[in-house]
Amino acid sequence: MEPAVSLNRPVPAAPGHPGAVPAPDCCYHCGLPVPAGLDLQVTIQGMARPMCCAGCQAVAQAIVAAGHSDFYRHRTQASATGAELVPDFIQQTRIYDHPQVRKSFVRDTGAHEHEAALILEGIVCAACVWLNERHIRQLPGVLDVQVNYATHRARVRWDDTRIQLSEILQAIQRIGYTAHPYDPAQQQQARERERSVLLRRIGIAGVLGMQVMMLALALYVGEWKGMEDNFTLLFRWTGLLLTTPVLLYSGLPFLRGAWRDLRNRSVGMDVPVALGILVAYGGSVHTTLTGRGEVYYDSVVMFIFFLLVSRYFEMVARKRGAESAESLAQGLPAMATRLTDSTSDSGQEIVPAIELHPGDRVLVKPGATVPVDGTIESGHSGVSEALLSGESTPLQKSPGNALIGGSINMDSPLVMRVERTGQDTVLAEITRLLENAQLQKPALTRLADRIAAGFVTAVLLLAGLTGLYWWQHDPQHWLPVLISVLVVTCPCALSLATPTAISAATGTLLGRGVLATGGARLETLARATHVVFDKTGTLTEGVPRVVDVQTDSPLGRAALLEIAAALESHSEHAAAQAIISHAGPARRVAHDLRNHPGAGVSGSVNGTEWFLGNAGFVQANCSGARPQDDTQADTQIFLADARRVHARFSLRDEIRADAATTVRQLQEAGLDVILMSGDHRAAARAVADRLGITTVFADMKPADKLAEVQRLQRAGNVVIMAGDGINDAPVLGAADISVAMQAAANITQAGADMILLGDQLQVIAGALQLARRSMRIIRQNLAWAIGYNLVALPAAALGFVAPWMAAIGMSTSSLLVVINALRLTRSSAWTSSTS
Amino acid sequence: MDIIYLLIPLSLVLIGLIVWMFVWAIRSGQFDDLEGPAHRILMDDDDIVKPPPDETP
Repeated sequence: MEPAVSLNRPVPAAPGHPGAVPAPDCCYHCGLPVPAGLDLQVTIQGMARPMCCAGCQAVAQAIVAAGHSDFYRHRTQASATGAELVPDFIQQTRIYDHPQVRKSFVRDTGAHEHEAALILEGIVCAACVWLNERHIRQLPGVLDVQVNYATHRARVRWDDTRIQLSEILQAIQRIGYTAHPYDPAQQQQARERERSVLLRRIGIAGVLGMQVMMLALALYVGEWKGMEDNFTLLFRWTGLLLTTPVLLYSGLPFLRGAWRDLRNRSVGMDVPVALGILVAYGGSVHTTLTGRGEVYYDSVVMFIFFLLVSRYFEMVARKRGAESAESLAQGLPAMATRLTDSTSDSGQEIVPAIELHPGDRVLVKPGATVPVDGTIESGHSGVSEALLSGESTPLQKSPGNALIGGSINMDSPLVMRVERTGQDTVLAEITRLLENAQLQKPALTRLADRIAAGFVTAVLLLAGLTGLYWWQHDPQHWLPVLISVLVVTCPCALSLATPTAISAATGTLLGRGVLATGGARLETLARATHVVFDKTGTLTEGVPRVVDVQTDSPLGRAALLEIAAALESHSEHAAAQAIISHAGPARRVAHDLRNHPGAGVSGSVNGTEWFLGNAGFVQANCSGARPQDDTQADTQIFLADARRVHARFSLRDEIRADAATTVRQLQEAGLDVILMSGDHRAAARAVADRLGITTVFADMKPADKLAEVQRLQRAGNVVIMAGDGINDAPVLGAADISVAMQAAANITQAGADMILLGDQLQVIAGALQLARRSMRIIRQNLAWAIGYNLVALPAAALGFVAPWMAAIGMSTSSLLVVINALRLTRSSAWTSSTS
Repeated sequence: MDIIYLLIPLSLVLIGLIVWMFVWAIRSGQFDDLEGPAHRILMDDDDIVKPPPDETP
């Protein structure tokens, strides 16, 4: 799973649009700066282009070799940083060739033909779709491939006598994307069906409706200018013929909804709608048969058509959100290496983690994730439980210690005995807690529904009374008046006022890289008074970088960096990765590497014994000068041989570039910005001071954070919480609005109200402004809808409004509301809210 | 004005045809991806290099 993780690294947008050519000193493939002194190149379109790492080089070479260099001309965004194809990944994809595993992903379409649906990760623009389609299509044995740009899903059909699914997945990985099969039989397919049925309903209502309107116009003109009776009859019968399928097919969702509401003894929005169209249709049929009165077929079809269109837009917005969330939540099924022999380590097999049972023995390789809960049988290693506790420093574990599923083995292989799997694991327990926390959130939508139900009941009562009154006093006109009242007061504008504004705002947010998982959240966001930031990974980048190399050694910086990188080459620790990426490609090899857990590494390079680690470790192994550890905020790593200290590397988790602007904008918007960190006071203070945050809580455990947020809430405040780790999950669940970072753990994202899809913190401030604008627009819409009803309802009840006028009035009123809401999608809505 | 007795049934036939075409278009996936084709048209497909089969695993 490692390659997938590295591909998820933030993708910086390349400057300039056509071809998105990165700056000359940046990687031509992914746009990241090329480390100094690194010379990796790939010839693309006749020119040597710089590359930032071996992964990007391999990916770019694969793209050029397959004849797709046009990709670089067409793309509008820099690509994701490449990852080399590691043997582990190849091993993991093989699992999909196993008949037992693949039966849930793969459909047989012929004797040797199979079809699978894939989720593609790393797609940033249309050129990526093009590249993937072409690349997969030219693999021998692939029969067909379709990539959907909107959903980032692909459908592949292949001949398994010539190619295996694992080879297709590896080929995709080779050009820099990650694909994993998923089971399309789930929600995705249901959503597709729902969409195509709705489209069909709209299309039929639209096409037939236009004809009905044309006939209706002729009838109205005929009423006014005079028309022969036989033509009137013909037009009415044609209208009936055309309206019936619209009512029975296109109008079915409303009829069904109303029936369901009535059976449940409740009144929803569908009840007056269904009643309105049924009364209008029934009255018109009566007129057509008897020849007395008027027909209202035009009102019926217009009504159904407009309602369906608004439902469609609402559904599109919903669907997009659901799909983004789905691809975030899905990943490769976790794999585990099971030892087949119960005593020795000889036999190994790779199995899906869900097939593990208590009592199984599992080998956890360095860098791998612990699949389930258990205890260590043999081996010593540092294990990071960052996912659970937020503490990134690895804990030293030895035989007999407990291992928690989801933690990462950092140093050396461990053999564990499985104790708890599936729903019994600690991770599953946290997930359940989180779900409970969410259920207890105030359901604002329910309140809105209750108000609407009250309104609908009132309208129905009023319509009934009006109908009765007219029936007794002017029996000729009771039907048109009743229809007018029902249609004119159709709570359309009222019911559209909020959802359209919210859909429009949600769509705008998504376009800017914020996925809002629920529409009602915007309302809460607009009322927010406090915003709480986690430090590591939220205000800072979350991964340490080498910011300074100090040396007085004659060997020179470059050589020392290479030695350090060689020593760290087998370590998965974040600090090791920082040094390796700072040093560039490996040029030296270290031998006799030894890991000193919690302290450092030692090994020999070119015959000299070197030590790399913290101050204490170097002091213990080196007779020479004492290393000084003077700065507090940075992590210090020293490189020494047996005689002297050669270099000091300062590592720092850098503050995000836009963190200061974000904090300032939020403060200007009138919010109290608070920093809560599990880190020690000095580190938290240092970050807060640089960002202008005055309220700082340090040394906070997840429970402390939760208590603090709840204290704020009890004081009547509305709290936004932004965080990334699993340790933040409970407090995120309790906050009124939770924001999860892109790199956040899946479980954290799954529970969040908003997920940042890009790497920009500043969009939080933008989202807040947009939410406030949305609330303004919703209030305008509601005021309009209520005002309109106050005027139109008495007029209709008094018989001043003919049904066709009611239908036009209703539509215009709804249209106004929708157009007002669509102002939120204009780009000025965002720019004016961020500037 | 008697022509109307021919024109209206004729329009009904046309509508039937349009509805049938629309349903066919939805069923055959014409509306599945409304964004991709707009981009796809800009990419040339005429410089495909077929790699020799033995090179691709």
